[in-house]
Amino acid sequence: METRNLSYVRDSMLPPEPAPDNSRSSAAWIRANLLATPKDVVFTLLAIVLLAYALPGIINWLFIQASWVGSDRSVCATVVQGGLQPNGWSGACWAFVEDRFAQFIFGRYPLDQRWRVLLTLGLFIALLAPMLIPKAPKKGLNALLLFVVFPVVAFFLLSGGFGLSHVETPLWGGLMVTLILSFVGIAVSLPLGILLALGRRSKMPVIKTICVVFIEVIRGVPLITVLFMANVMLPLFLPTGWTIDNFLRALVGVALFASAYMAEVIRGGLQAIPKGQTEGSESLGLSYWQTTRLIILPQAIKLVIPGIVNTFIGLFKDTSLVSIIGMFDLLGIVQLNFRDPSWISPVVPLTGLIFAGFMFWVFCFGMSRYSAFMERHLDTGHKR
Amino acid sequence: MKKTILSAAIGAAVLGAASAASAATLADVKAKGFVQCVVNTGLAGFASPDASGNWTGFDVDYCKAVASAIFADATKVKYTPTTGQTRFPALQSGEGDVLFRNTTWTISRDTALGLNFRTVNYYDGQGFMVPKSLNVKSALELSGAAVCVQSGTTTELNLADYFKANNLQYNPVVFEKFEEVNAAYAAGRCDVYTTDQSGLYAVRLGQTNPDDHVVLPEIISKEPLGPAVRQGDDQWFDIVSWTHYAMIQAEEFGITQANVDEIRKSTTNPDVKRFLGVEKDSKIGTDLGLTNDWAYNIIKGVGNYGEVFERNIGKGSPLKIERGLNALWSKGGLQYAPPIR
Repeated sequence: METRNLSYVRDSMLPPEPAPDNSRSSAAWIRANLLATPKDVVFTLLAIVLLAYALPGIINWLFIQASWVGSDRSVCATVVQGGLQPNGWSGACWAFVEDRFAQFIFGRYPLDQRWRVLLTLGLFIALLAPMLIPKAPKKGLNALLLFVVFPVVAFFLLSGGFGLSHVETPLWGGLMVTLILSFVGIAVSLPLGILLALGRRSKMPVIKTICVVFIEVIRGVPLITVLFMANVMLPLFLPTGWTIDNFLRALVGVALFASAYMAEVIRGGLQAIPKGQTEGSESLGLSYWQTTRLIILPQAIKLVIPGIVNTFIGLFKDTSLVSIIGMFDLLGIVQLNFRDPSWISPVVPLTGLIFAGFMFWVFCFGMSRYSAFMERHLDTGHKR
Repeated sequence: MKKTILSAAIGAAVLGAASAASAATLADVKAKGFVQCVVNTGLAGFASPDASGNWTGFDVDYCKAVASAIFADATKVKYTPTTGQTRFPALQSGEGDVLFRNTTWTISRDTALGLNFRTVNYYDGQGFMVPKSLNVKSALELSGAAVCVQSGTTTELNLADYFKANNLQYNPVVFEKFEEVNAAYAAGRCDVYTTDQSGLYAVRLGQTNPDDHVVLPEIISKEPLGPAVRQGDDQWFDIVSWTHYAMIQAEEFGITQANVDEIRKSTTNPDVKRFLGVEKDSKIGTDLGLTNDWAYNIIKGVGNYGEVFERNIGKGSPLKIERGLNALWSKGGLQYAPPIR
C-alpha cells in the first residue's frame, strides 16, 4: 500500500517543546516540593524554624568566633583558662588543626622525607583517575599498573630502599595510614572475596569447606579481636627474635577481615544470576572459568555494587580501629594531639573531632557518589 | 591506674614465653643501636607529641635518659605506644625493652605478670576535684555528694573503699569513657570528679574556668608509678633503676643540664667526681655494663629529676603540678636515691 503521500501522517518527530513556565521556575519547584499540601507547609515551616534556631549558632561557633591562627593553647583558651580569649568565649579552634595539620596527614613521617608520601599519592591519583573514568582507554594495562606495579613502587617509596632512607612504620600515621590501610584492604578484599565466594559455591568439598570455615571464622570475630590478636598475641607465639612489622600485621588483619565480608556480598550477587545463564554458556562450550569470567561475574558484580561499596566504606571507617593497637590513623593522631599539654583547651577536642569527621565524610561521600555514578553507567536493563 | 583482668590474664598466660625472651637486654640494645621504649598512646605531660610529632613528656624523658646512659645520645630511642591492655604483652613479648607508661607498681604485676619494678619516678594517688563554689576544703566533707568516676578502674574501687571506711554516703555517677566523665563533670551532673591526681590537673585545665575548681589535698590511694622491665635480666633492671637514681642524685647535688659540664671540670667534691665519672680507677659505670660517665650522660641528655619534672608536668608546663610527694626526701618528699658509690 502506498502511504508516503498521505499528508496527514507525520514522517518526522516534532522538536520537543520546553515545559510550561509554571512547572520549571524556582517558584514552581518550591510550590511542588515544599508547599504542596497543608501538611507540607507545616513541615516546611518547622524545618525553617529549626534551621533558624540551629544554624546561626553553629556558623557562629565554627567560623565567626573561631580562632584561626596561633601556635599554642593561648589562642583557644580564655583568660581564666590561661589564654588570650575573653572569658566566656567559645569557638572552634582551627589554629590547632592548622598547627598539627602536617601531622594529621603524615603522622610522624620525617619532615625531609615527606615528598616521598606526596609522590606516592601523586602516582596513586594519576593511576586511579583513568581507572575511574569509564571512557579512558587501556583499562587492563591501567589495572596492572595500579594493583601490581604501584603497590611495589609505593612500598619502596614509603618504606625505603634503592638509596632512599628507611622509614619505619611506627613513624607512619595520620591520613596516610588510613588511606594505605583502605587501599590495601580494598585491593585485596575484592579479588580474594570473589575467589572465596566462588569457592563457597564450588562442588569440590575441600575447597568449599576451606572457604566456608575461613568466611565464618573471620565474620564471627570482631575486627578489634583480629587486630588485638595480631598485635599482642602473635609476637608471644613467635620464636624469640622474630618480629613481624606491626603495620603489616594490621594490614593483613584488615584485608582478611574485609575479604570475608566481601565474599558474602559477592555470593549474594552470584545467587541472583539464574541458572540458565550458566547452562547457556556451557552449552556454547565455554569452560568454567570462561563462564565465570565472561558471563556470571560481570552480571553478578554489577548487581551488588551497592553492597561492595558499602563494604568499602565500612572498611574505610574501620581502619580507625587500629588506634586500639597503638597505631595512629587519622582519628588516632587527632586524638593523640588532644593530649599535648600545650593545646589543652575545652574546644580543642571538639574542633579536632569535627575535622576528623569531615575528612572521613569527604572520602566516604566520594566513594558513595562514584558508586551511584557507576550504577547508572552500568545500568543495562535491570532497573525497574 | 586502670588494671583490667584481661591484661592480667594475657600476662599470666604468657609468663613462660616472657621469661625466655629476656636475657641480655643490654647486649641486644647495644647491637640494635636504640632503646625500644613502651609508652602511653597519649597522656598529657607524660607522653604526647609536640608540633613536629616528636614524643615529649615525663615518661618519654625517662626513655631518653636510659638511652643517654647507654649511648650518650638521648635520641637513640624508639617508642611503642600502648594502651592499658597492650602495655604488658608488649614488654613481655620482647617488643619493648623497658616500660615507662605511668604504670602503678603492684604486687601482682611485680610477681604474676613476670615484670620487675624497683623505682618510683612519680608518686601518684587518687584525688578529688570539686567546684570552688561548694566551699569544700577536705574530702571528708563530701558526704552525700554525686561523684563522677570512670567504670572498671581501680579508681572506682578505691572510691567505694574510701567512702565506706569514713562512713560517708555518696552517689557514684559512672561512665565508661574518660571523655564522658569529663563532659558529665563539666555539665554539672556531679559535684566531685575523682581520678589520679596527675590526671586531675589536666582535666582541670580543660574546664571552661579552671580557677573555679580545686583539687582537694586528700590522696585516697597509693599509685606509685614507675618503670618496669622483664624478670630475669638483673643487669638491665639495674641500669633502668640507677638511671632514675642518678637523676635524683643529680638534683640533690644541684647538678643541672646547664651546669653539668662546668661542675664536671671544676668540682673537688669526691662524691660528685665519682658520680660524674671523673674519679680515677672508679668502676661506677663499668660494673653496670656502661661507661663511667653514664650519669654525666644522663644529666647532659635530659637533666636532673627536678628539671624533667618541672619541664613536663610542673611549673614549666601548662599542667603546673606541685612537686608534693615527688619532692626530694630532703625537702619533705619521697624521692630518695641510694648512695652512688
